[in-house]
Amino acid sequence: MRGLRRQAILLLLPCLLALLLLFLFPQLLMFVTSLGRRSVYGGVVRDFQFGNYLRALDAIYLRILARSVGLAFFTTAFCLLMAYPVAYWLGVKAPAKWRNALLVLVILPFWTSFLVRMYAWIFMLRSEGLINLLLVQSGLPPLNLLYNDFAVLLGQVYGELPFMILPLYASIEKLDRSLLEAAADLGASPFRSLWRVTIPLTAPGIVAGSVLVFIPSLGAYLAPDLLGGARTVYIGNLIQSQFAVARDMPFGSALSFLLSLTVLVLLYVFRRPLKGSQA
Amino acid sequence: MSTSTRGAVSVQGLTKSYGDVVAVQDVSLDVRPGEFLTLLGPSGCGKTTLLRLLAGFEEPDRGEMLISGRDVAAMAAYERPVNTVFQHYALFPHRTVAGNIAFGLEMNGCPRAEIPARVEKALEMVRLPGFAERSIDQLSGGQKQRVAFARAVVLEPEVLLLDEPMAALDLKLRKEMQVEVKNLQERLKITFVFVTHDQDEALVMSDRIAVMNQGSVEQLGTPEELYERPRTRFVADFLAVRNILEATVQSVEGGRVRLLTKGGTAIVAKDDGGYVAAKTVWIGVRPEQIALGRDAENSFAGILDDEIYLGDSTDWRVRVGAELLTVSEGATAAHGRKRGDATRVSFPREAVLRLEDAGATARP
Repeated sequence: MRGLRRQAILLLLPCLLALLLLFLFPQLLMFVTSLGRRSVYGGVVRDFQFGNYLRALDAIYLRILARSVGLAFFTTAFCLLMAYPVAYWLGVKAPAKWRNALLVLVILPFWTSFLVRMYAWIFMLRSEGLINLLLVQSGLPPLNLLYNDFAVLLGQVYGELPFMILPLYASIEKLDRSLLEAAADLGASPFRSLWRVTIPLTAPGIVAGSVLVFIPSLGAYLAPDLLGGARTVYIGNLIQSQFAVARDMPFGSALSFLLSLTVLVLLYVFRRPLKGSQA
Repeated sequence: MSTSTRGAVSVQGLTKSYGDVVAVQDVSLDVRPGEFLTLLGPSGCGKTTLLRLLAGFEEPDRGEMLISGRDVAAMAAYERPVNTVFQHYALFPHRTVAGNIAFGLEMNGCPRAEIPARVEKALEMVRLPGFAERSIDQLSGGQKQRVAFARAVVLEPEVLLLDEPMAALDLKLRKEMQVEVKNLQERLKITFVFVTHDQDEALVMSDRIAVMNQGSVEQLGTPEELYERPRTRFVADFLAVRNILEATVQSVEGGRVRLLTKGGTAIVAKDDGGYVAAKTVWIGVRPEQIALGRDAENSFAGILDDEIYLGDSTDWRVRVGAELLTVSEGATAAHGRKRGDATRVSFPREAVLRLEDAGATARP
């Protein structure tokens, strides 16, 4: 037993060290900073007060946090709706010899920087962009596609989609096909078989994909910054602007810390389905 | 639907290929209501494909399928009045034992209030009372098999399809389950179409057996008929007629047929009306019908070549001229033989089976 424990510690050591240095220590630093005050020239004055947190609870900031939760929620929901049929087709219907090549297509966008891909969306969505060009040429009025919440959601869904497809594929591919045959044999129509057998059995993939998409979307910065308008502020941009524009590091730290806390609270609230995902 | 056709299965000219491989070739078969019919054959003979065609998991290229007199070809699997016991059980891991058995009842609109009682009754039938709330991974192989059986039977199907349901069980449990399943079938009076590659299992359980080879039914008959009168080389080989020889018919007269095997041994056979003088035929003799050390109508000098001890019997390989015969000797027979001993083998002319050459042999 003791040997096993030592082995476990040794195997986990690199990861634990990285977490300690790159996550826990910065979090601690940020927490200390969040208790301080902004100096006149944008530095940090050490202090021990919760004023930044009280300020963060102002309705204007809570509304921004709520908008971010909404963005994360809708990003997750749309990714799930779009990714599930894809993953199902890849895992069950697609010819086995093509599967690996098709999976490469799913991760192909990663070969280009996210920033570049966001600019590509700008070129497509802007008022003289590709889509509007086509609309006008076919005699239709142009649409306002860029610099609004729609564009942010679109960019976010586009960016996160592979992170939903991959875990879904992993769990759907493992699904025993004879269970689907058994469901049909026992009188389940394809639709009922989907709800009563396929979805419950692939719940681990659904939960894993949703967590992987929801958390980064909550703090999304690039898509809101590049595709969103001046009035579409999300928590990620708010935090960035505290550090880079307002030069109020204590308040930015407090907002960051609150964001981390929000994620932890959400993970705790949904801990039951998450636990199921380990089974 | 009249009561006389409920549970009848009629297959006409059924064909199914995968690419160039013909899995089921022009099969016609009638299963009587309440009958226990076994599809017996080696792997790849098409028996499982035939079962899957009946279940609706595969679509036939050609042919007709009637179940209880109704054409089911256009029905999806979930609409057919049949249920399946799968080879690896295919129990739903996210549901309890009761949840598995209730699944089909829920899908078929059974009133919610009736479900628990029917589940409990089904569990009692397979002798697993009190197992309702167990999870599937808590069950042994034999218990899973019983749950799979209960899940299919609780829907009272017109025909129950069983795809090698006992292949994963150990020998002792398999023997017990064979008797149990056979008894249940007789009590339930449901038509069973049972797939297996185990000829002992087929002989023990079936009312009739269809021996399949390369996508076709090669012989259909009762276990006694198949055992005593295998029609072809393939069927004889599959049903453990170990000595299969090629011979030329020398003469046919007065019910006696004189044969000369390819290896040069003269054999006398009983005329069944199928022998034609000067023609080449295949014949078979069961190992247990050959005696060692005694004289009979067909009697030859031989050398003991090899001994295979099987516990309740011993198989001897005996070299007779150019032929190598397998002789089975019961455990009660006198021992003291050893390899290399000279001996005599003998068998009556009634033991010689005339075999047709249709198809290939199971073991080349």
